[in-house]
Amino acid sequence: MTALFVLLCVILIGIIVVQIGKVTELAGKIRGEEEAQERTNRTQAGYSMIFMIVFLLACTVSAIYYKDSMLWYGPNESASAHGSSIDYIFNITLFFTGIVFFITQILLFYFAYKYRARRGSKAEYISHNNRLEVIWTAIPAVVMTFLVVGGLDAWNDVMADVEEGEDYIEIEATGYQFAWHLRYPGPDGKLGARDYKMISATNPLGQVWSDEKNLDDFHPSEIVLPVGKKVRVRITSRDVLHNFYLPHFRVKMDAVPGMPTYFVFTPTTTTEEYRAKLGALNDRGEPQYPEWHAPLDPEDPEGPTKFEDFNFELACAELCGKGHYAMRRAVRIVSEAEYKNWLSEQQSYYESTIKGTEDDPFASEAVEEEPELTDASPVEGDTPEGEGSAE
Amino acid sequence: MANVADKPLVHEDDLLIEEYGYDDHFHDHHHGDKFQSNFVTTYFFSQDHKMIAKQFLITGMFWAIIGGLMSLVFRLQLGFPEENMAWLKPVLGKWITVNDAGIGSLAPEFYYALVTMHGTILVFFVLTAGLSGTFSNLLIPLQIGARDMASPFMNMLSYWFFFLAGVVMFFSLFLNTGPFAGGWTAYPPLSALPQASSGSGAGMTLWIVSLVFFVVSVLLGGINYITTVLNMRTKGMSMWRMPLTIWAFFITAIIGLLSFPVLVSAFLLVTFDRSLGTSFFLSEIFIGGQALDHVGGSPILYQHLFWFLGHPEVYIIILPAMGIVSEVLSVHSRKPIFGYKAMVYSILAIAFLSFIVWAHHMFMSGVNPFISNFFVIFTLIIAVPSAVKVFNWIATLYGGNVRFNSASLFAIGFVSMFISGGLTGIFLGNSAIDIQLHDTYFVVAHFHIVMGVAAFFGMFAGIYNWFPKMYGRFMNETLGKLHFWGTIVGAYAVFWPMHYLGMAGVPRRYYRFDSFAAFGSFDLMNQFITVAAIITFGFQLLFVVNFFYSIWKGKKMTDRNPWKASTLEWTTPIEGIHGNWPGKIPTVQRWAYDYGKDGKDFIPQIQPVGADESKDEH
Repeated sequence: MTALFVLLCVILIGIIVVQIGKVTELAGKIRGEEEAQERTNRTQAGYSMIFMIVFLLACTVSAIYYKDSMLWYGPNESASAHGSSIDYIFNITLFFTGIVFFITQILLFYFAYKYRARRGSKAEYISHNNRLEVIWTAIPAVVMTFLVVGGLDAWNDVMADVEEGEDYIEIEATGYQFAWHLRYPGPDGKLGARDYKMISATNPLGQVWSDEKNLDDFHPSEIVLPVGKKVRVRITSRDVLHNFYLPHFRVKMDAVPGMPTYFVFTPTTTTEEYRAKLGALNDRGEPQYPEWHAPLDPEDPEGPTKFEDFNFELACAELCGKGHYAMRRAVRIVSEAEYKNWLSEQQSYYESTIKGTEDDPFASEAVEEEPELTDASPVEGDTPEGEGSAE
Repeated sequence: MANVADKPLVHEDDLLIEEYGYDDHFHDHHHGDKFQSNFVTTYFFSQDHKMIAKQFLITGMFWAIIGGLMSLVFRLQLGFPEENMAWLKPVLGKWITVNDAGIGSLAPEFYYALVTMHGTILVFFVLTAGLSGTFSNLLIPLQIGARDMASPFMNMLSYWFFFLAGVVMFFSLFLNTGPFAGGWTAYPPLSALPQASSGSGAGMTLWIVSLVFFVVSVLLGGINYITTVLNMRTKGMSMWRMPLTIWAFFITAIIGLLSFPVLVSAFLLVTFDRSLGTSFFLSEIFIGGQALDHVGGSPILYQHLFWFLGHPEVYIIILPAMGIVSEVLSVHSRKPIFGYKAMVYSILAIAFLSFIVWAHHMFMSGVNPFISNFFVIFTLIIAVPSAVKVFNWIATLYGGNVRFNSASLFAIGFVSMFISGGLTGIFLGNSAIDIQLHDTYFVVAHFHIVMGVAAFFGMFAGIYNWFPKMYGRFMNETLGKLHFWGTIVGAYAVFWPMHYLGMAGVPRRYYRFDSFAAFGSFDLMNQFITVAAIITFGFQLLFVVNFFYSIWKGKKMTDRNPWKASTLEWTTPIEGIHGNWPGKIPTVQRWAYDYGKDGKDFIPQIQPVGADESKDEH
């Protein structure tokens, strides 16, 4: 019923508008076309100026209002080493394009307003002006050169792969419909080989178990990384394209089936530090970012606030099907010590799931050694810790 | 009727054409000046370029409404994900799933189907066929002084292939498994594997078939436009005397001819992968519980092929709008377009560069980062000719005598939009910034403003300006201006806030944002955008009403040159006739932009240069 009513109202408004249109046209005819056109020029030119002012004001005010969500301003600071160079180029570009934006929009609407047709006024015959044209070709060319050089400089730095002998952690993220599967190399620091034909319910990544590098690889449910250490993410996909996207770290790279891609970055802020920044109080003791002090669950005002619950996130940024919007994994940046501790708690996937099953190429050995293992059962219980401290 | 009597019985233009025109014995073939045609050959299988232009326009409008409505449905989902959508069930059927509590929601796969169809329809059917198809057809013969296209029959085929493409695409909307839902770029493996998405089965097959028909249409049209411009210009119409509209359509057709076939090759290879078991784009895939045999293909190869069309495509969309705006701004400012030659060279530069920048869509797709260096440089070079064009449009207004009407307002609005959307391209073209902004709402804001809204503004400017040429009547000006103000305010309200979403890192193509803390805090903004989109769409309906009302009831055209324009199309009789000019073909004596020269308001192109006229090198 309401829908019908709304529809009727819309139709009625439409009819009224059309009638007004007809009437104004008739009025114009009566008044004489030239005079009507002149009146129109005056009012429309006025509207143009009003629009320009309101529009530019709205742009400025909204930018200030949303500054906390923009790169580099407010809390949305990069949490990785390379991120600030990206944010810097972004803001330099914003500065130059902002100037051009305001100048050109103002000139456009102002000229339209100023040179509106009036009775007796005439247009000047100006077909071109070579000097002016050279100048306004040269200026953008120079500014663009500046931006290109700065941008490419940052780009080649950010995208550079690790160098030989460099100290870094290699981890792997595999996208599939619709989640990320994570893999860490384990104590040997090396990811084992994979063969997509070996993928099964118990072997989600198709790890080749005869490759010993695989035996200590573990599959955590979240990304945990130590602060200040270079990370090389090996990004792969099991089915369609995905995109490994860490918004807070300015990291983004497609996951391509059949072709691993890489992204190297260094986290610079721990999760705790980032939370502290979001929850910071200003000089007057008020929250600096009140939106982060809101309770996480609006129904429970006494519960944890948003900043206390903050986590870095891994998302998918390449359309991969109907579950594309929900491929979340938490990312936790911790201190070196906490990281070591966490590593020591992880059990390799081989140990937990494969060992001794029919997929285990070492199963026959394992069976033979079984009595030995039973003897050593207390040692086995220590294995994860032993693994963690082995390196 | 009184002012009709004031007019001379013989039009001044006719005298000029009679005196200086070129007699091509056009009517000798037809035994009198009646071209034999019946109802079907006039309104359906017409070979007259003016009728084909109208067919393209109205079909384009149909698709714009469909595509626009689709965007409203998915905007409702984004703005009000918790609201009951059960009321849409009668229209959308099983796309809306109703739970036990009676709350209907849009199924995610159909959200993606809507997004995909919206993109495909708007890019190809509306902004390519509806814009370039309409105005190239209408204006090329009229403005260069030709009786019709080089091959009217091929021209007719061009429309009917477009129509066929539309029928196939429309049919795919009703498939049981839904239309294709993998994004308008149709990246494999998602588009190649029916297991990956319900729309990638029959939906994708029909999508490809439809777009292949569409490419046939573009090629038939494009060959015609190029041939017509090269071979059928009237006497005196040298290339450097062509209006900028013609330059734009001409170059657009060349770009289309060179790039669309590459798209077909990509489609062909996808089809092989889909049905013949080849592995051009597929490698090492485990999906639906089984490992596929495909090994050695590269999905990135498809992206190269796709964007080799895809990037020129955005210029195919925007160049005709630029041409129209140049013409409309000049005519209504009563001034020559500023820097005519610079404008032409800018078009040529943009067209050339458009072929060597495609990989800027692929910075984060896994291509070698070193290759990206070249694409960044070429991409940002495009900013220079684009900036030159903007400065020239603004300079055209300077010192003018601007007549405000719907056409000129939309032309000014186009420049405003092109500035706003063009500048954000400088961010995205710089690969370092693109790391963060790629596939976020910043991109959505950028391309919607610069090639969506701006191209629509160019199209509207053209429609309001040449409506009298098409139908012998004017569109209602009051409604037109209301349409303009509603649209420019609405479009900025819809797309401007998306920049902030993008800077906050919110990815595009998300069905809902609440699964992520980082993306889920913009509910109010999303609601605002949705409401603004609905209102803006309402203003477009106002335009549609105005358009069809004016065809039959609009103010009649009494003066054959209502805008006092110097170009040739306004020397033809008010009632568009077969062959365009009743007698001789006019010959051209000067360039297209003699406005305000020597104190004269305008001098038509058919008027010979007077002995006492001042010389100008343009």
